[in-house]
Amino acid sequence: MTSWAMALFQRDLRLSVRVGGSALVGVLFFLAVVTVIPFGVGPDLNLLARIGPAILWIGALLATLLGLDRLFQADRDDGTLDLMLMAGRPLELVVLIKCLAHWTATGLPLVVAAPVLGIFLNLDPVSMAAVTATLLVGTPALTLIGAIGASLTVSLRRGGLLLAVLGVPLAIPVLIFGVSSADAAIRDPVPFLTPFLILCALSLIAAVIGPIASATALRFASD
Amino acid sequence: MDLGPHAGFILASYGLCLMTALILIAWVRLDKAAQEKALNDLADRGIKRARPEDRSSEAS
Amino acid sequence: MAFWDYANPTRFLRFVQAVLPWLTGLCLLFFAVGLYMSFFVAPEDYQQGDTVRIMYIHVPAAWLCMMCYSVMTLSSIGTLVWKHPLADVSAKSAAPIGAAFTFMALVTGALWGKPMWGTYWVWDARLTSVLVLFIMYLGLMTLWRTMEDPIKAGKAAAVLTLVGALNLPIIKFSVDWWNTLHQPASVMRFDGPTIHPDILWPLLVMAVAFTLMFFVLHLMAMRNEILRRRVRALRMRAASAAQPAPAGAAQPAE
Repeated sequence: MTSWAMALFQRDLRLSVRVGGSALVGVLFFLAVVTVIPFGVGPDLNLLARIGPAILWIGALLATLLGLDRLFQADRDDGTLDLMLMAGRPLELVVLIKCLAHWTATGLPLVVAAPVLGIFLNLDPVSMAAVTATLLVGTPALTLIGAIGASLTVSLRRGGLLLAVLGVPLAIPVLIFGVSSADAAIRDPVPFLTPFLILCALSLIAAVIGPIASATALRFASD
Repeated sequence: MDLGPHAGFILASYGLCLMTALILIAWVRLDKAAQEKALNDLADRGIKRARPEDRSSEAS
Repeated sequence: MAFWDYANPTRFLRFVQAVLPWLTGLCLLFFAVGLYMSFFVAPEDYQQGDTVRIMYIHVPAAWLCMMCYSVMTLSSIGTLVWKHPLADVSAKSAAPIGAAFTFMALVTGALWGKPMWGTYWVWDARLTSVLVLFIMYLGLMTLWRTMEDPIKAGKAAAVLTLVGALNLPIIKFSVDWWNTLHQPASVMRFDGPTIHPDILWPLLVMAVAFTLMFFVLHLMAMRNEILRRRVRALRMRAASAAQPAPAGAAQPAE
């Protein structure tokens, strides 16, 4: 049963990594956002260390949401989406696999890049590890929430910004618990595990709601 | 009636709420006028609804 | 059942025509009584002075922006589950009204906060949740506006409304959590049962008045939306008649 899932996963991964794909643009955008913040708030290293986790999280949020607009649109343009709809496989699962492939191509590089960018922001090793861990757990939730927006705007020619507007309110809980568990690792008002486990729970909730809602939206968009 | 030292804030909030409500009412009224005008224009050009009063369901 | 009877737009329009004058009159009556009570009958608070009078519009507006989202959620279930033809009309016309009430709640909250807290805006849990709700209303309205076909837009908006309804409790919980983390002392609180009847009565009357205003505006906006769809259907029929397409583009009337 897993063969078609693997095939779909590999196809999506290859498409986004090869020429014409946009896997690395997300990381570049992330780098650009993080670079631009010190110009805005000033090069004060103490301040940067304090707000560093928040900067990294907001950068990851924007990079994920803005990179999602082609998630279903490319497949819709060349007709692959219709084939997927007619293939008789559960569409929810298809969406989940596509999100997983997209996250592997664009979300995982963000997680890998986070410690490097943490150096620019004067993060100490503990908080660097904490931010990386929270991003690893939290970015899948961002991708899955953004997938809802991507499927709602799939028929629009320029849905990119609208996708971000629709996704941001839904992503606020992830941002809150991601940043506060990273903060909790440094200055412990609460134990690290409390917000971290809630963040894990949010990702799991998103893994249920996201595929169901976007599969529903994709079915409606096609007929 | 004396509203105390913060009368400005009280009046401003009531005023802004009134303004928002008036904008809503104006939007609804103008929208209705625009749609009815469009329907009338279409009717003048001879384009009417096929079943203006929907008799099939009236009978039931 | 009445619910299904009014699936017919023409019949619904007739119902609106009959009900609207009474509802409007009742709404004006409640507003007159409520405003009189909140300005002349209700006492001033011993701590907040006359500023407490802002509460009589702030709390009903805040209550209405929640109720409006509930109406939209129910309508979205109506769209997706029962395919009720008026459900997406109801959801679409409720969104701008809900946004307006949310705006009222935010503005009065800020104007109440300035004399009480010394600043127009605090990132208080309740205010922040309402701000998020405001953004969600605006996002829904934008989604409605960007899609050409009202049926498709209705379904997409219904999915988003339901996802938002599932997420609102999570957002509320996380904002509360975030807020207690950053500022432990709550600036002010309402403990329901301790509200004095002198304050409670004007509040209730104003809440009823706001609710009636919502229904009046909602029915009027729904009527406009039905007319708009008629215009659209007629125009498309006229266009296809003028330029006969090979596959006769039969457009359903509503």
